[in-house]
Amino acid sequence: MPKSLAELATIARRIRREIVVMIGAAKSGHPGGSLSAVEILVELYFDYMRIDPQKPKWPDRDRFILSKGHAAPVLYAAMAEAGYADTPLDQLNTLRKLGSVYQGHPDVRFIPSLEASTGSLGEGLSLALGMGIAARLDGRPSRTYVMLGDGESQEGQVWEAAMAGAFHKLDNVVAIVDYNGIQLDGFVKDIMEIAPLADKWRSFGWHTLEIDGHDLAAIRKAFEEAEATKGRPTAIVAHTVKGKGVSFMENNPKFHGTAPTAAEVELALKELN
Amino acid sequence: MAAKTRFEVKLGPATREAFGRALVELGRENKDVVVCDADLSKSTMTTYFAKEFPERFISLGIAEANMAAVGAGLAYAGKIPFIASFSAFAMNKGFEQLRACAAYPQVNLKVVGTHSGISIGEDGPSQMSVEEIGLACSLAGFVVIAPADEASTKALVRAAAAYVGPVFIRTGRPKAPVIYNGDQKFEIGKAIEVVAGQDVAIVASGLLVAEAILAAETLEGEGVRARVIDMHTVKPIDRETIRHAATETGAIVVAEEHLVDAGLGVRVAQVVAETAPCPMEFVGIQNTYAESGQPEELMDKYGLVARDVAAAVRKVVARKKQ
Repeated sequence: MPKSLAELATIARRIRREIVVMIGAAKSGHPGGSLSAVEILVELYFDYMRIDPQKPKWPDRDRFILSKGHAAPVLYAAMAEAGYADTPLDQLNTLRKLGSVYQGHPDVRFIPSLEASTGSLGEGLSLALGMGIAARLDGRPSRTYVMLGDGESQEGQVWEAAMAGAFHKLDNVVAIVDYNGIQLDGFVKDIMEIAPLADKWRSFGWHTLEIDGHDLAAIRKAFEEAEATKGRPTAIVAHTVKGKGVSFMENNPKFHGTAPTAAEVELALKELN
Repeated sequence: MAAKTRFEVKLGPATREAFGRALVELGRENKDVVVCDADLSKSTMTTYFAKEFPERFISLGIAEANMAAVGAGLAYAGKIPFIASFSAFAMNKGFEQLRACAAYPQVNLKVVGTHSGISIGEDGPSQMSVEEIGLACSLAGFVVIAPADEASTKALVRAAAAYVGPVFIRTGRPKAPVIYNGDQKFEIGKAIEVVAGQDVAIVASGLLVAEAILAAETLEGEGVRARVIDMHTVKPIDRETIRHAATETGAIVVAEEHLVDAGLGVRVAQVVAETAPCPMEFVGIQNTYAESGQPEELMDKYGLVARDVAAAVRKVVARKKQ
């Protein structure tokens, strides 16, 4: 039963609360880039991807790789809400603690339902290409989605992979860039400008779309367009707001990699009610 | 191999050639075997696989970091990927990707470096790899193999494909002396005593196995009976064979075409220190980079021939008597 936009928005709000609470409990982590990616993950895990959380290794499943692995909290919350057995909802608050399955960055040793361990930036797109090539060789309908950060796009390997994805005509791979404009040291434009980003993807041979990364309907439409595009992969440049949903975190470089205090968690939860 | 008949250096195919042929056999047997190359297939010999299985040969251009992670992605999706390039690029340029995408999640990726060591010859140091055994061994969970000849390479490439987990295989450019006849069995992690001896043990890998055998024959004339061990698997290393050698001979020489700082020698020394400490000497490349030249000239100049192994043996035997 497909979910309505209102239902998806409700899930998104719940996930935002979980992100803030788990990072607050961990006293470290990356809230800004987790909050900016919420709608995209909700659209993937609760609407568009062909997945069955009861059968996480179903060979024909669609796959998602979080190349910007520091946004692990949004992935953990989405997978927990989706009902994967190895991502228990009631343990989200053990994030980053010794023995927790919720490692600082996604780790398949702890959560086998994850598609890949990530965290070293610039590598997820290459992993996705390997999965896309394997699916094509096996004649499987499986599609692979990979989310990159905007700062991550400064890594040279991203462009090695971009070249290879177009060369191999991997129309079963979709790259999504969470273009929230902020990286650890500050605003992307001040650290190492990546604009014009969509032009770069286009020039590398990717079908390229620019969307509002918080508009669920627009995200779904982009995934549909990607699936209808044959003979080349699709890049979705999703314009987002770092820290989206929590006023004092929005567009604030401080909350790239700083956990909210207990008081800030309280304040954030009031806004996210 | 029996040590009774005198060892004659008979050049067989290069270990990279043996790798390329073994890949084709594997490709015929298992459709999940796929191969990635970075514009060196005519040199790494993955070209044979590419000709027979073009759909399973993935050209990735001169982009080794991407290749390492694409290979890992293929492995995550159930394939048995072999990624190949010169060792200097496959391991050194892909190192971080191999660490993050293959070692730490323990994916079933096979990395094959060709043109290892300085015996590539004329191309010179930028293409020579003298540190990749150390790099590969520092990837937790990786199996690291450095075969000596055609037969061992073919068998160990097959063993690597059958093993589930990340593997690095080091092969070379020049024709390799034949060490083994067709009967020898090879097992990952199980060293082979190619010459029996009780006075000293020479632990060698790759092209240095043949040099060690030649050195042992010279030494026999001097009344020194040297045991020669082909340590084709550097990791996991065969601790029992090393412990026996140290206990029974009381003196060990390690010989390899690699920087002594981070290769087979330090790994053997660790086991010797932990099990049966004894005098040791190390034949290898000494804190330098080589140069252009013919392979045999370079091996001679940089101290990697039988003469150098024999000299190290004399030295270690003298220390043993002190």
